[in-house]
Amino acid sequence: MKHYVVLRVVTRLLLPMIFLFALYVQFHGDFGPGGGFQAGVIFGAGVILYALVFGLHNARLLFPPSLLRWLISAGVLIYAGVGVIGLLLGGNFLDYGVLDAHDPVHGQHLGILLVELGVGITVAAVMITIFFAFAWRGR
Amino acid sequence: MALLVVVAVAVIRLKDLFAVVMLSGIYSLVSAGLFVVLDAVDVAFTEASVGAGVATVFMLSTLALTTSREKASKRNPILPLVVVFITGAALIYGTLDIPPFGSADDPIHRHVAPRYIEQSPEEIGIPNIVTSVLASYRGYDTFGETVVVFTAGIGVLMLIGGARRREDSDKDDKP
Repeated sequence: MKHYVVLRVVTRLLLPMIFLFALYVQFHGDFGPGGGFQAGVIFGAGVILYALVFGLHNARLLFPPSLLRWLISAGVLIYAGVGVIGLLLGGNFLDYGVLDAHDPVHGQHLGILLVELGVGITVAAVMITIFFAFAWRGR
Repeated sequence: MALLVVVAVAVIRLKDLFAVVMLSGIYSLVSAGLFVVLDAVDVAFTEASVGAGVATVFMLSTLALTTSREKASKRNPILPLVVVFITGAALIYGTLDIPPFGSADDPIHRHVAPRYIEQSPEEIGIPNIVTSVLASYRGYDTFGETVVVFTAGIGVLMLIGGARRREDSDKDDKP
């Protein structure tokens, strides 16, 4: 892909916007359309675009497979951890209301934010991992 | 809707899998547009990013590993056709009992939906009810979905990623 100047320049312009948009979808999911799943997919698509244009090797330097394996589990653990913290604080599993002792609504906010973060991390890492696995094997 | 049908028929008729993958991406994009028309923005978002974006790339990389021509089928298509017609007729017969589309008295609008819509602003306090239903009221389901995605990633790693690493280590051993 070294010779496709247009592709490289356009991708370089697009990538920051894609990642910023993914973060926006992630953390603005409470207010507008979107959430962890969509944000994770957009983030993963951004990394895949980078890998397609600038080479798989560079992308793997950016996201080493060992880190990805960590992130896949970390997302699920964040989600489950929020549920377990709710248990420890005296509520039900995945009951966010108890996360804030003063105001259950704040607890719900916090819980949803954390849970969506967990979903986003897992989905993004899985998308990147699957692409790397396929592309690396096809070389 | 008509565009969806045209693309679906083209996908069935074509033998070149590369074109089929591209057309299924277009199919996803058109259905995303359909979801926007139906006011289901969250679903449209997912469909556009997953169906039209990432899934197309995955299918293409699969094609790079395998072949891009569809094999000619040698089976007789009569029996599957009969089965499909019987199943389709049974499903259409089943839709006759479904309450009229869009009616406010439908069971789906009277079960938990009114409570979600009325109570969500006070109980959860975030404007997007879709998110509050997904992440809070239906938190268990979403947790299960996350675990499904997790399992899919682990499965692909074990099937493809692991085998590759063994080849790598073989190469490292030889010199």
